[in-house]
Amino acid sequence: MSEITSQTLTELVENIKNKNISSEETTKAFIKRGEKSKDLNVYITQDFSSALNKAKDFDKNPNFELKLPGIPIAVKDLFCTNKVKTTAGSKILSNFIPPYESTVTQNIWNEGGILLGKLNCDEFAMGSSNETSFFGNAQSPIDKGLVPGGSSGGSASALAANLTPITIGTDTGGSIRQPASFTGTVGLKPTYGSCSRYGIVAFASSLDQAGPMSKNVKDCALLQEIISTYDEKDSTSIDFKRNEYSKDLTSNIKGKKIGIPKEYRVDGMPKEIEDLWTKGIEYAKVCGAEIVDISLPHTNYALPAYYIVAPAEASSNLARYDGVKYGYRSKGENLIDMYEKTRSEGFGDEVKRRIMLGTYVLSSGYYDAYYLKAQKVRKLIKDDFDEAYKKVDAILTPSTPSAAFKIGEKNNDPVSMYLNDIFTVPVNLAGLPAISIPAGLDVKGYPLGLQIIGKAFDEQNILNIAYAMEEKIEFKNKITDWWIK
Amino acid sequence: MKKDNSEYLITRDNNIYEVVIGLEVHAQVISNSKLFSSSSTTFGAEPNTQVSLVDAAFPGMLPVINEYCVKQAIKTGIGLKAQINKRSVFDRKNYFYADLPQGYQISQFKYPIVGEGTVILDMPNGPKEVGIERLHLEQDAGKSIHDMDPQNTLVDLNRSGIALMEIVSKPDMRTPDEVSAYVKKLRSIMRYLGTCDGNMQEGSLRADVNISVRIKGSDKLGTRCEIKNVNSIKFMQMAIDYEANRQVDLIEEGKTIDQETRLFDTKKNETRSMRSKEDAHDYRYFPDPDLLPLEVTDEFIEKLKANIPELPDDKKKRFIDKFKVSPYEATILVSDIDTAKYFEEVIAKSDVKLATNWITGELFAVLNNKNLEISQSPISAKNLSKLINLIKNGTISGKIAKTIFELMMDGDKDPQKIVEEKGLKQESDPKALEALIDKIINDHREKAIEYKQGKEKLFGFFVGQAMKVSGGKANPQLINDILKKKL
Repeated sequence: MSEITSQTLTELVENIKNKNISSEETTKAFIKRGEKSKDLNVYITQDFSSALNKAKDFDKNPNFELKLPGIPIAVKDLFCTNKVKTTAGSKILSNFIPPYESTVTQNIWNEGGILLGKLNCDEFAMGSSNETSFFGNAQSPIDKGLVPGGSSGGSASALAANLTPITIGTDTGGSIRQPASFTGTVGLKPTYGSCSRYGIVAFASSLDQAGPMSKNVKDCALLQEIISTYDEKDSTSIDFKRNEYSKDLTSNIKGKKIGIPKEYRVDGMPKEIEDLWTKGIEYAKVCGAEIVDISLPHTNYALPAYYIVAPAEASSNLARYDGVKYGYRSKGENLIDMYEKTRSEGFGDEVKRRIMLGTYVLSSGYYDAYYLKAQKVRKLIKDDFDEAYKKVDAILTPSTPSAAFKIGEKNNDPVSMYLNDIFTVPVNLAGLPAISIPAGLDVKGYPLGLQIIGKAFDEQNILNIAYAMEEKIEFKNKITDWWIK
Repeated sequence: MKKDNSEYLITRDNNIYEVVIGLEVHAQVISNSKLFSSSSTTFGAEPNTQVSLVDAAFPGMLPVINEYCVKQAIKTGIGLKAQINKRSVFDRKNYFYADLPQGYQISQFKYPIVGEGTVILDMPNGPKEVGIERLHLEQDAGKSIHDMDPQNTLVDLNRSGIALMEIVSKPDMRTPDEVSAYVKKLRSIMRYLGTCDGNMQEGSLRADVNISVRIKGSDKLGTRCEIKNVNSIKFMQMAIDYEANRQVDLIEEGKTIDQETRLFDTKKNETRSMRSKEDAHDYRYFPDPDLLPLEVTDEFIEKLKANIPELPDDKKKRFIDKFKVSPYEATILVSDIDTAKYFEEVIAKSDVKLATNWITGELFAVLNNKNLEISQSPISAKNLSKLINLIKNGTISGKIAKTIFELMMDGDKDPQKIVEEKGLKQESDPKALEALIDKIINDHREKAIEYKQGKEKLFGFFVGQAMKVSGGKANPQLINDILKKKL
């Protein structure tokens, strides 16, 4: 039996069910590794002693029927966890302890999962490198000084570094898939409405979607089937028939039609990404899929539309952080002064930038030119996908236009940072599911991911394709534990 | 000078101005829980005891529409004979204030749930139609309390998230009396429907008043000012009077009117500028991404329509047609649903004419005096109908009835019992009355002779004596008949 922390979720579940290991042993192993991994800065809040108690409780009275029997799990600090501090990576919520639990995390605990702690992320999930977190940058275990991606950077980093067997992130414009791609892990952004947004600190409500992150596709399918539930507490939650994704998982994808959108061949795309994509197409063919060239003509407009819609919603969603009711408050001469000081001191630069952008595009006189136009673009992008799906079952693209970059490399260039999302944002705008799987390494040995985009509610299909390709790719992450002294 | 209320004109030198008024009424929806949360809506609870995590805008909390409030809004729309929109959209109205936890109010901006409708006012010189522009659903804000703590403003979020209907009229009103009639009519319709209790003291009905003036005869609208949050009909009328004159004065002085929002100072009886158009908030309305567009089916609307009770206009027509009450009386009887109910309960078992007179006369006087609603009437409809029947069947006279009415107020006593206990039954036995009259004539023989000699005025004397001797119980009609015969 390999080391506990390097096991996949499926292996751990098996071993716990067969009583090869206990929940306590498992939890202790992850805690121990977590304690040795402070340099990665993945935890904002560790809940280790409580986790250990829960693991002991589980072992005393184990229920092996559960899908996550006594499995310790760390989650992104954007999910509200009952009585456990939830910061969203922001100073303004640095002292916030919610008296409630998000539906997604509750679903995990209901299946026997145990909270290990809360993972670092970009402030309010706004960022692609985890550098906007008030709690400092999470390090990638791939290499020293490398970003893990964002916004679910702490999640990706903790997962790749074996500090948690699986994790959950949120994806508004690529925040699950891009960090998964950067860290050689699997990340699924489900269909909008698949996972409840109840209890998740909101960034952009019409785009936000929680999803699983894992070491392989099978684990991803299992976690997706646990977290995806219809929830009356979220008016945008959709009541559709959800598969038992892990049970229904198959690598038989013979005859599936996979589209290759020509518009994703962007100018200046590094050759290694081009090569990765070509390699991915070959793998898909080997798996028996049929490759079809398709066009998604409005792809070019996705990024600008996204950077109007997302900040617009964010500017309104973040208005509640005003120092009146909870969270950080700065003393002021009067109400307006208190607001200004609280929000100036409580929010970081990127969040402020987006609040200003969003406020601007919603302003009277600009609304039609920006927000309304962006919504029209969004419709066109969705129509593009609908048209494509008349011909194909799924779409294959690279996950990101490059491998992970160095911390600080893009700090002063927000546009270059935003370009990271170029392949992922159209999916959010169209509300579709997409999965990123590790597919290769660049010259420096940094992971690169491929993205498989599905039809709405067709998670099973893209999981199957990912599962089949994963078998052929045989990706291995090269992690040296450089941060453990 | 006689004041003609049907026309409200402002005269200066050679110019006659008319006033153009439109109202935005905010009516609190009757519902046990709030528009987007399950918190209670009971008025007057301890501060911050009816606040859910949604109402206090905790991170990750999401609004879920309360279907009952949607039904209430649609019912109100039906009552206003308005277009019901099968698809409406909730928008966010963004602004910062301490008692607005979300930093935005969820309202309906572009696509309201109810479109155009009409309200008919019963004015003294005939009916007047006022157009309804729209009705939309929105959340109420909390309350900022500035006078409880010397240093701080305190916030009570009990009201935060309660459902309001904003009912916007067209600028169809021309006089303060029409405004009064309009608010009363709206209130009446909503109380009939059970969609708003119309209690202005508790703030469940308040209005923003839009006023402009123009030379009489002109069909162009002048620049309007909006007077925010006026919470009584009297104040609305006072505010209109002040504001209209202020605007006319400005025009007469050759100045222009700035489009602005004003406040009515009830102590000084004047309106004051609150903010100009330039300072107006940019609310950055956009569709709330936490909520899907609100879609209702024809079937849903039809079901509500089928359960709409008889509304004041129809009830009035029925009262006139069926019970032959005058239009004036009918208007009074239907103006409040509880009055109409009381009336119908009384006449179910007694005479309509007498009931109308007793309710609009004696009963209203008592209620006015004691400042009571008819629902709190000290005399139940059941006992009032008994009293009327006692009059109608001759058991008591109208005069005695008034005495009994007074006695009934003490604990809603049964008039029949009072009659028995106090021996107030009218004497209608002709033999007994003949004996009584014989005795009176005998006691006043000279007066009887004078009467027979032609002094007819003395008839009244004998009637008075008969009533006096009988302690008011003698049947006046019989007394008349017998006296005529005997004298």
